[in-house]
Amino acid sequence: MSESQTISAVEMRGITKRFPGVVANRDVDLTVTPGHIHALLGENGAGKSTLMNVLAGLYQAEEGFILLNGNRVRFNSPRDAIDHGIGMVHQHFMLVESLTVAENVILGQRPARFVIDHERVEEQVRELSKRYHLNVDPKAFIWQLSVGEQQRVEILKLLYRGADMLILDEPTAVLTPQESQELANILRQMTAEGKAIIFITHKLDEVMRFSDWVTVLRGGEVVATPKTSETTKSELARLMVGREVLFRLEKEPCQKGPDVLVVEGVRALNDKGLPALKGMSFSIRSGEILGVAGVAGNGQREIAEVITGLRPVTGGSIYVNDVEITNCTPRQAIETGVSHIPGDRLGVGLVPNLPVSDNLAMKAYRRPPLASGPLLNYEALRNFARNLVKGFNITTPSIQTDTRLLSGGNQQKVVLAREIDASSGMLVAVHPSRGLDVGATEAVRKTLLEQRDNGAAILLISEELDELMQLSDHIAVFYEGEIMGIVDDEEADTEELGLMMAGEKRISQTPSIEDDGRPR
Amino acid sequence: MTEALIVSILIITIRAGTSLLYATLGEIYTERVGILNLGVEGIMMMGAATAFAVSYHSGSAWIGLLGAVLVGGLLALIHAFLSNTMRADQVVSGLALTIFGTGLASFMGQRLGPGGTTMVGLQGPKFVRTPLPLLSDIPILGPSFFNQDVLTYGLYLLLPLLWFFLYRTQPGLHLRAVGEKPLAADAMGVPVIRTRYIYTIFGGMLMGVAGAHLSLGYLQGWADNITGGRGWIAIALVIFATWDPLRAVIGAMLFGGINAIQFRMQAAGTTIPAPFLNMMPYIFTIVVLVIITWWEAISKRLGAPAALGLPYAREEKH
Amino acid sequence: MNIVFEKRLSRSRRAAVLVPIISFILALLFGSLILLAFGVNPLEAYRVMAVGSLGSQYALTETLVKAIPLMLTGLSVSIAFRMLFWNIGAEGQLAMGGIAATYVALFLSDSLPGALTIPTMVLLGMLAGAIWGLIPALLKAFIGVNEILTTLMMNYIAILMVEYLYLGPWRDPDGYGFPGTAPFPPEAILPRLVGRVHLGIIFAIIAAFIVWFVLSRSRWGYEIRVIGENQRAARYTGINIGKNILLVMLLSGGLAGLAGMAEVSGIARRLYQGLTVGYGYTAIIVAWMANLNPWAVLFVGFFMAALLVGGDQIQIALQTPAAVALVLQGAILFFVLGGWIFVNYRIRLLRPSEPAAADELS
Repeated sequence: MSESQTISAVEMRGITKRFPGVVANRDVDLTVTPGHIHALLGENGAGKSTLMNVLAGLYQAEEGFILLNGNRVRFNSPRDAIDHGIGMVHQHFMLVESLTVAENVILGQRPARFVIDHERVEEQVRELSKRYHLNVDPKAFIWQLSVGEQQRVEILKLLYRGADMLILDEPTAVLTPQESQELANILRQMTAEGKAIIFITHKLDEVMRFSDWVTVLRGGEVVATPKTSETTKSELARLMVGREVLFRLEKEPCQKGPDVLVVEGVRALNDKGLPALKGMSFSIRSGEILGVAGVAGNGQREIAEVITGLRPVTGGSIYVNDVEITNCTPRQAIETGVSHIPGDRLGVGLVPNLPVSDNLAMKAYRRPPLASGPLLNYEALRNFARNLVKGFNITTPSIQTDTRLLSGGNQQKVVLAREIDASSGMLVAVHPSRGLDVGATEAVRKTLLEQRDNGAAILLISEELDELMQLSDHIAVFYEGEIMGIVDDEEADTEELGLMMAGEKRISQTPSIEDDGRPR
Repeated sequence: MTEALIVSILIITIRAGTSLLYATLGEIYTERVGILNLGVEGIMMMGAATAFAVSYHSGSAWIGLLGAVLVGGLLALIHAFLSNTMRADQVVSGLALTIFGTGLASFMGQRLGPGGTTMVGLQGPKFVRTPLPLLSDIPILGPSFFNQDVLTYGLYLLLPLLWFFLYRTQPGLHLRAVGEKPLAADAMGVPVIRTRYIYTIFGGMLMGVAGAHLSLGYLQGWADNITGGRGWIAIALVIFATWDPLRAVIGAMLFGGINAIQFRMQAAGTTIPAPFLNMMPYIFTIVVLVIITWWEAISKRLGAPAALGLPYAREEKH
Repeated sequence: MNIVFEKRLSRSRRAAVLVPIISFILALLFGSLILLAFGVNPLEAYRVMAVGSLGSQYALTETLVKAIPLMLTGLSVSIAFRMLFWNIGAEGQLAMGGIAATYVALFLSDSLPGALTIPTMVLLGMLAGAIWGLIPALLKAFIGVNEILTTLMMNYIAILMVEYLYLGPWRDPDGYGFPGTAPFPPEAILPRLVGRVHLGIIFAIIAAFIVWFVLSRSRWGYEIRVIGENQRAARYTGINIGKNILLVMLLSGGLAGLAGMAEVSGIARRLYQGLTVGYGYTAIIVAWMANLNPWAVLFVGFFMAALLVGGDQIQIALQTPAAVALVLQGAILFFVLGGWIFVNYRIRLLRPSEPAAADELS
């Protein structure tokens, strides 16, 4: 293990990384030099994170090698990469929730002092946070921190270990637009000190605003590496998707309808027993999509769970089609017609080890024709599944295939098909297009709009402002369990939403009912 | 209650609690690193059999203890291999270990006496109680806490060390991180699999000591089924202790106390039939589990290491 | 070069069949090392075991006799394991079934019509087992108490209860101090089919059919499958997990209780210490090796019974402790557990390419 030396260049040469059934990276070359922010652009599933996990030592590539300052290096584990000054901030944070900031920072440190000198470490962390404007209390436990603060800890961790090259995987996904700008400034400061930054993203705006170089990945291969100043957004979009993108969904004007979902003063606790919803009120009408914007962890998950009966409320009431479903069981919510596309597709929405047919039947199995008395009519179940597979264009070898073997997009279509089939007018959709490629995202969004046009009321929770602005009729901004305001989609602008997401602006005015039906 | 009675109850409490506490500490370290070892009962059984057989033939309780430690570590190594490397179901692997250990110990008990005969009823070297000078003169506490065998004294030293190691040292931090979020530990360069092997084996060694204390210290001899469910009670004590070594002391003393009361009642000629007296620890275990689980639920305490029982594979989605 | 396990896209059926067989062979090899260490000739021991358990009609019927409780308790735990409810308590549930059946035989048979004695014993035996299984189920469903530990503690309590009864109030007054109850009246004894093989074998086959039918044909079985594979998804889709825990444990405990009834009524014909000899623990191995498939449980149950009978035989013939059977059981389970990875994973050698130019650059 060599001493950490200043990085003058990192080159990845001919990297190929396979997973069972897929080639995630094929013969990828990438050169990154210090003093620059290098964007790695590609749609979901293009292989960006995999490539960077190889560079960070977490994955081992089947083919290819890495050159550091011209010397060939081999990373068998993240420790090797860290020892060479390369660190990564993963999209799903690698922090131990039950430990403090300082403890997370010194995790894996070597050579380690046997006994931890907490005070010394905390002082060092404090200094580092001051220098890079990464404010965070070193004594706090991770679970007490907001997502934005957790990201700062991730960066501090790498700086503490003396990283010369930082890889950030979709760092802005958990930030407000203003916070994203702050992050960019911090990254600039680091490049000015001679550090190299790789910035994974699928957002074109960010590439244009933050980066010096950009490498575009498509289908696991590099398609181009232009200088950012010498390319354009539309060219990058074309490179990323591989065709001209005219990503514009036609949205019919909202048809006025009766209230379907009414939420009145709802309060609820999160998993740690702390207040997550602090008296929330809103309503959604038939044929309306209400988008929920906000930084992760501000009550989005909890609102979806209280409506679907998965989490008890501690106050307030919820009505669907004038039927009260406050503190009902999930079963009662389903029977009242509430459908739910959960945010955790594989953990909650699907049973990955059961076949597609069983997953499609997870709600219909209680009713005839699938149910016949206490028995299950498997012939009817297969027919039911075949119809949904056809109706929703689910690509699967057969309905007997285990669901875990499907692509993310097709898994989400299984959830969507089941929920829409079981729905009678109320749909709660949480991050419906997360992790999906452009084609699948488009299909999911189209389906949601179809449902809206057919008169469904949809609560759409998303971290993608683009998605919210495209689909929603109104957008509610959540901050610390409260609604900072509900804006009409026509009036919504990123700047204002960002301030509301940060809790710095509150508008009391909710759009009046008369506004809803006006032609657009 | 007279002083003599209190002392005699405390002595049994501590003696009975000693092996429970060794086993509980072993399981705490194992679970803290993310491995659920349900083989405690089997490892203790093997520890007890090995300790007795080895000390009987070697003439030294210390060599017997060493044998128990090695056997405990070896059996835990099987579990570590199945759980870490072969990614087997840890519940079933632990049960297999208990069945295997119980069987092999019983086999040994019938064959390792003099000339291939039974070990039941034999007298061998033992760890006898020796009062510590000065300390044992303290009223009540002296004769009860400081008139014990050397394994109990070892516990007085080990306990603060284990606590300090877990919460105040760099390797202890790594241990906890691996049990809570192995991927995060791995990403910062902590070798997850190796760490899990080390502490699973270490935990097994402590369980071996727990067995040795039964056959060399507390019960002083070998009998089939000598552990009588103590291994399982130790696992319950881990939950009771909310995975904290110091709190395990309270649990172990509580159960040692039950044993002492059982003893006293039998000695006093109670009319309660023996089977009912013998049920007490098991019923008490259930009651304690119910109370602690209920209390944790209402206070939203999340005691168990987050990654407990889950195999770790770096390149798989978690 | 690294050796890595790579997840297979679909489970290997070939491995699923081969792993238990190869595991058995490896366990025999492993066991022979232990036997050698204790100065026993393993070939001789295995020969005695095989002949003693499978080599004659008598041996086969004795193996079937031991297979009955293993099949029933194996089915009992396999349905609970399907739902990932770790019922380690079949031993105690079996004991309670035995107690209830004994109660009927000793104290109710006089007032019952002869033809109703056995059905009443079956019914109350199953009920007692079910209730014993229900207690940990209730604690799990409503409070979330760890069922592994509660079911286990309930075993110890049940076994002591048996001990209390046959040593205390139910002890045979004419038994000359023999620790056990009086023998059952004839109408409380299960009819025998061949050798000592009694009607319990039919119970086991019917039970396997019922478990198979429930799991693969009913809506309840579908719910059990979903809960077993992903509890969060089950909750999300409106399945009442608590209710299912209670129902499954009623069935699971009932089957174990039936095993206890069959043991006291078909074999011992009284209640005594020999009722609880660890069938409920061996059942866990049976269920796991059978991959929780009810028909396979019958087959594996027979096979494990052969091991137990063989163990008894070498004790008699070679004065080698019967505990060898337990050691072999544990070892088989170790190998099955270790080998199971090949069902879901394949081994791959990871060899990073060695570019010739790389070293020149350095």
